[in-house]
Amino acid sequence: MSPSDASNGTLSGTYPRDHDRHPSAYTPKYKSTIARSPKHKLIRIDNASEGATGPLFNHEDLAAGDWDLLSNFAAPGESPIGPRIFIHGRVLDENARPVPNALVEIWQANAGGRYRHKVDSYLAPIDPNFGGCGRTLTDEAGRYRFRTVQPGAYPWPNGPNTWRPAHIHFSVFGYSFSQRLITQCYFEGDPFISRCAIVQTIPLPQAIDGLTAKLDMEETVPHDTVAYRFDIILRGRDATYCNNQPEGR
Amino acid sequence: MANPQRPLPETASQTAGPYVHIGLSPRAAGFEIYEVEPGQDIAGPNAKGTPVEVTGIVWDGNGDPVRDVLLEVWQPNTHGAFAHTDDVEPGFRGWGRVICDFDTGEWSFKTIKPGSVARADGGTDAPALALWIVARGINIGLQTRMYFPDETETNAVDPAMGHVPEDRRGTLIAQRTEDTDPTRLSYRFDIRLQGDGETVFFDI
Repeated sequence: MSPSDASNGTLSGTYPRDHDRHPSAYTPKYKSTIARSPKHKLIRIDNASEGATGPLFNHEDLAAGDWDLLSNFAAPGESPIGPRIFIHGRVLDENARPVPNALVEIWQANAGGRYRHKVDSYLAPIDPNFGGCGRTLTDEAGRYRFRTVQPGAYPWPNGPNTWRPAHIHFSVFGYSFSQRLITQCYFEGDPFISRCAIVQTIPLPQAIDGLTAKLDMEETVPHDTVAYRFDIILRGRDATYCNNQPEGR
Repeated sequence: MANPQRPLPETASQTAGPYVHIGLSPRAAGFEIYEVEPGQDIAGPNAKGTPVEVTGIVWDGNGDPVRDVLLEVWQPNTHGAFAHTDDVEPGFRGWGRVICDFDTGEWSFKTIKPGSVARADGGTDAPALALWIVARGINIGLQTRMYFPDETETNAVDPAMGHVPEDRRGTLIAQRTEDTDPTRLSYRFDIRLQGDGETVFFDI
């Protein structure tokens, strides 16, 4: 393919983003947004190369065990402390098509609510057997799976007594750079969800529900590990574009 | 959304938060876990073209550096080809992750200057680096581009630039600075999230 096809001027790549589904930049109840939100409107550009191209990943970029946070940082024979869970689901696009070979990266606090990061000083201890990150590629059906511990809630300095609900951060790549998404996955039934200023930056209750992982008894392994299901939807690509591009890579 | 073309709505974005490095660049967070952290070498060892180094700070509306920012870069090679479905030099990915100094907020990265891209509609995209910016307090990743100051003619006909009001175009153009390394050209590109000289961000 010639370079000119990569940003084909007659094809628009991803659909225009539906901003009603996303937080606004300026959400003053989440105080950090006050000085970090652009005041000008975003400038829409069609047919941008970012909408038709993006980095592609393969199994050489990661190691086979990266998906398992119970073992990817633990000493041999040891395991992190906390409830053992699977978090799994599919990466689809707005057209309900699976997104194969999507790089999914996660990070989270440990079961006590402490992050392994230079700048986190919460009094809950670091777990010596828990790094707190994992990564995987989706399969041909867009499926992914991680095994980890359920993270703990933790306090954050947005107000005098503010706590983040238990959550796992997700970073996802699609086929194009414009499908790039970072989000957070919560757990159904958590009373901190409705109290959290970050969650509540999202205007639509259905969109918050879409970030809430559901208990999945079908995938739960008896006497072993509880499963939660979390599907991720990336922006779709218009039909014109897809008719002209090989699917799958 | 009832649109039959789009039966599923996109998952809502949430801030990457201040601990984004744990997931995307764990060495920067302070620990070793992955043998390979992707995005460390944007152009790879075989890239042709002009080596460049870009340095900058992302500033908030109070004039403070954003010390927890993470940027991703996406660019074509010197011939305007993307490491997507185009042929490129072995090892050229055109994508990278950039972490700032946690004390000063300053970041820098090395790559090669991208080529201009011939578009199917007959136009030309000026050489540019696409940038995606996340941090605490950024609810949805911000997309912008860095253009080159020595590309006056191509910048003037760049289709994206054409959508930007003239008095704001300068926010997308890097400044040439004194070279710290004789083998590459140095540029400065500060990004202002808010306030005077607010950088142009795109909806792509």
